[in-house]
Amino acid sequence: MSEEEAPDSRVCIGVSFGNSYSSIAYTAADGKTEVIANEDGDRQIPSILSYVSGEEFNGNQAKAQLVRNPENTVVCFRDFLGREFKDIDPTPCHTSAHPISQDSTIAFNICDDDSGNAHPVSISTITTRHLARLKASASDYLGRNVTHAVLTVPTNFTPAQQEALKACAAEAKISILHFIHEPISSLLAYDARSPDTASPSDKNVVVVDIGATRSDVTVVASRGGIYTILATQHDYDTAGTQLDSVLIDHFAKAFLQKHKTSTDPRTTPRSLAKMKLECENVKKHLSLSTSATFSVESLVSGLDFTLTINRSRYELLASKHFQALGRLVLAGVTKAGLDPLDVSEIVMAGGSSHTPRIASAIAALFPEETRVFSPATDNNAVNPSEAAARGAAIQASLIAEFEEKDIEESVHAVVTSTPHLEATVGLVGAGDSFLPVVLKDTPVPVRKTVTVAAPKDGGDVLVRIAEGERAIDVTVAEKVEKKTNGAKTDDEDSDEASESDDEPEEIRKVVWKATKPVAEAGVAGVKKGGKVEVQISVHADLTVHVQIREVGGKGGVRGTVEASS
Amino acid sequence: MPHTFTLPSLPEGWSADKNFKAIGSLSKPSQRIIEPVGPHFLAHARRKRHKRTFSEDERIQAQNNVKKTEDDDEGDISEPEDPVMLQRDAKDWKGQDHYAVLGLSKYRWRATEEQVRKAHRKKVLKHHPDKKAAAGGSEDDSFFKCIQKATEILLDPTKRRQWDSVDEAADVEPPTKKETQKGNFYRLWGRVFDAEGRFSRNQPVPKLGDENSTKPEVEDFYNFWYTFDSWRTFEYQDEDVPDDNENRDQKRHVERKNANARKKKKTEDTARLRHLVDDALALDERIKKFKQAEHAQRNKKRLEREAEEKRVAEEAVKAKEAAARAAVEKAEAEKAGKAETKKAKEAAKNAAKKNKRVVRGAVKEANYFAGAGDAPAKQVEAVLNEVDLIITKIDNEELAGLKAKLDGKTKAEEIKGIFAEEVKRLVGAGTLKEGEAKVLA
Ligand SMILES: Nc1ncnc2c1ncn2[C@@H]1O[C@H](COP(=O)(O)OP(=O)(O)OP(=O)(O)O)[C@@H](O)[C@H]1O
Ligand SMILES: [Mg+2]
Repeated sequence: MSEEEAPDSRVCIGVSFGNSYSSIAYTAADGKTEVIANEDGDRQIPSILSYVSGEEFNGNQAKAQLVRNPENTVVCFRDFLGREFKDIDPTPCHTSAHPISQDSTIAFNICDDDSGNAHPVSISTITTRHLARLKASASDYLGRNVTHAVLTVPTNFTPAQQEALKACAAEAKISILHFIHEPISSLLAYDARSPDTASPSDKNVVVVDIGATRSDVTVVASRGGIYTILATQHDYDTAGTQLDSVLIDHFAKAFLQKHKTSTDPRTTPRSLAKMKLECENVKKHLSLSTSATFSVESLVSGLDFTLTINRSRYELLASKHFQALGRLVLAGVTKAGLDPLDVSEIVMAGGSSHTPRIASAIAALFPEETRVFSPATDNNAVNPSEAAARGAAIQASLIAEFEEKDIEESVHAVVTSTPHLEATVGLVGAGDSFLPVVLKDTPVPVRKTVTVAAPKDGGDVLVRIAEGERAIDVTVAEKVEKKTNGAKTDDEDSDEASESDDEPEEIRKVVWKATKPVAEAGVAGVKKGGKVEVQISVHADLTVHVQIREVGGKGGVRGTVEASS
Repeated sequence: MPHTFTLPSLPEGWSADKNFKAIGSLSKPSQRIIEPVGPHFLAHARRKRHKRTFSEDERIQAQNNVKKTEDDDEGDISEPEDPVMLQRDAKDWKGQDHYAVLGLSKYRWRATEEQVRKAHRKKVLKHHPDKKAAAGGSEDDSFFKCIQKATEILLDPTKRRQWDSVDEAADVEPPTKKETQKGNFYRLWGRVFDAEGRFSRNQPVPKLGDENSTKPEVEDFYNFWYTFDSWRTFEYQDEDVPDDNENRDQKRHVERKNANARKKKKTEDTARLRHLVDDALALDERIKKFKQAEHAQRNKKRLEREAEEKRVAEEAVKAKEAAARAAVEKAEAEKAGKAETKKAKEAAKNAAKKNKRVVRGAVKEANYFAGAGDAPAKQVEAVLNEVDLIITKIDNEELAGLKAKLDGKTKAEEIKGIFAEEVKRLVGAGTLKEGEAKVLA
């Protein structure tokens, strides 16, 4: 690249480029990350381009064109990039410019100039233009020319898709330093704020990204701040668009009830487009308040329509989708070989994760200890619409100083492909209890230290190191009589109560047990009430080094366990 | 995590070189890609790349053998599409095979939700009306609608159960008796029960097993099936309820009819399953085997018990007989003994009589010691009195001795001498008093 700038003059932003919305963010030198609003003041910028007599509109302005100018409005194109026509699902473009096949790639037949004639505009051109608009917005805001970006992509983006995206960015004069996975980016946005950034605790996290046209579940093992994706699930049939449809159907039916002889607004493209925009607004409102009003002037044949819906009604109408999302999350957990009890955090990302009921329905599938980060379940939650962009900006600030060659090498499999422990390593205590020390799915090399109690009276102590296994202990809870304190519960509540009463509640608990002995060590003469520190180092070749000493004592025991050949 | 984890004391006799011994090794790791994101990854990368450059070979090598987390879109969910099916009208969605529409015929109720989602996606990519239009075909989206309908049903757990309940293509007909008897019982019936098991509320469903299954396993299996809790419903076959508000009576009538039909079908299904289990049970060789074994076991016990009883009885009889014999013998012996003594006594008596006679005869022989001529009566009497006195004073033995001395003696002198000697002995022994037998002295 001839015009590559020296690292220190780079301006590197984080970009989340979704099928439906894009966001741009920047992490300043002081470490603060900010999501940048475009010239319309939007931080969630619709990934839409629209052309009116040669004039280009982007973002919400383009979105508004869906009513009057759908055929020259391009939506939902990111996932088409780098693919062939036969491999794409054109459904989301149903009410706007349709994708067509062109030279083994995809194009949209639109009129983007003042000629008045439609002609194919390639997906690359569209993408380049959109990215250029994002770049311009960021540069305007920052007052400096944005040169580089870290871009987020779905976990199932193919190398071909990345290549195509990179080429478009280059066209838009953005040099992509790094593609990072959307869910990992969202997770990074959270972890960067957590107080233990220096030595993060080990955890399994499920990132639930519910957008407009897709929902993605990613199960991540986070070990010492290093992330490994264990499993993913993708659903293209349950996301924001389907929730919009629930409301569209609801209001259309209500409209038809009121205007019995009117045509169904869903059958007229322009009416449908109006409904779509308004229903999305209503839906967003319902995330914040318990009721929202649908109001469209001249919905169909000059008839205005206004109607208020309350949140519980909406939740009831959409409950089938909420349940489907719950199952999607569980399927991911199962696929990762985990149980809900193994999940310590759920990070809710994507615009639809604002929906309170989605967050609570997912939370209900996990134990109480599992933290669910969403606006509805956690006061300090990161805005789910912004999480991916924030993470990308943080990553951008981390690597902005690196030579591109170094970055390229670091993200290559020679560096990222790593052996991971297949079993948890820990200590076997009195009564054959097991204390996990290095968790399954931890990349090696790794070193962990624990301090454990010696027997009350001290003396010579046995330290046993073993592989262990997590089992789930299921007991049926004694039925606790529900207090009927005379307070009338409303219908809905009592319904739920009787449903959950149907089956006795199971109490599920994690129990660890040793499965395979690895080593034994003796520590002599530990003082009364003493403690023993055990350090386990697992090397890349699975050799184990153990170092044991009494806390405050002298000497200690060391030993090596060779890897099996 | 246990909040009170404590190390154990070192057991008696534990020893190791330098107090450490390796016992095993860690399980084989799995190769995965770590995400090149975040500050901690940078540290990792720095360590890994420290002062080295990777060869092209290493770079290629590193990309292989990595555990995949994204599945290829081309899964195992592809099957040829029946041209007749492609002509289907979505209006007739009730009659369509939803699994076949999505290309999941060989999975049916076994298909996971993920498989359904992927299959749907694949079909959408292929059959979206825009694709047909692009290929110069008609804008006919009839089959596309079939796909959407199939997906709607299969991704809705309630609707899917209703459909699965009546998905005849998933049914496995029970084998005939003849087929079963060809030794295929476990394979053929196993498939039947696997298929029926899809309706079970309780999962997992126990397996039929094989000839090596234990009796409790087999018993559990049949118990499970005789107390089967099925979610099977027959709503799917409902007659359409008119949804216009005018015809309320008609609507209620159809609803009632549907409710009855469902109930009837459910009852029939329960009966069908019961029969099916009965049939399997009747043909299950293991049941016979267990019965026979049980029978043999019980027989064995009975025979043993009977043998024992017989032995005891026989012994008792023998003992009784022996006792009786002993008693008889004893009695006989006693009798014999008595007779003997009696005889001996009698003999002794007779002998004594004889001896007395001889003794008395001897004095007669000696003419009562009167010399020649008739002995005076007084003399006779006195002699006989004294002889009798001696006889009463001596026992049979002494009597026999006396008789022996007298035997063959005819001379009065001799005889008198013998008596005199006897009297003298008796007087000497104190049996006779001096002067009690003066005639014979
Ligand atoms: N406050 C809100 N409450 C409910 N839904 C919301 C809210 N804000 C945004 N959404 C919905 O979130 C969806 C957009 O999600 P997101 O911004 O993650 O888009 P995206 O990643 O570009 O989507 P995709 O790629 O899935 O099409 C839209 O359906 C939008 O209506
Ligand atoms: Mg998204």
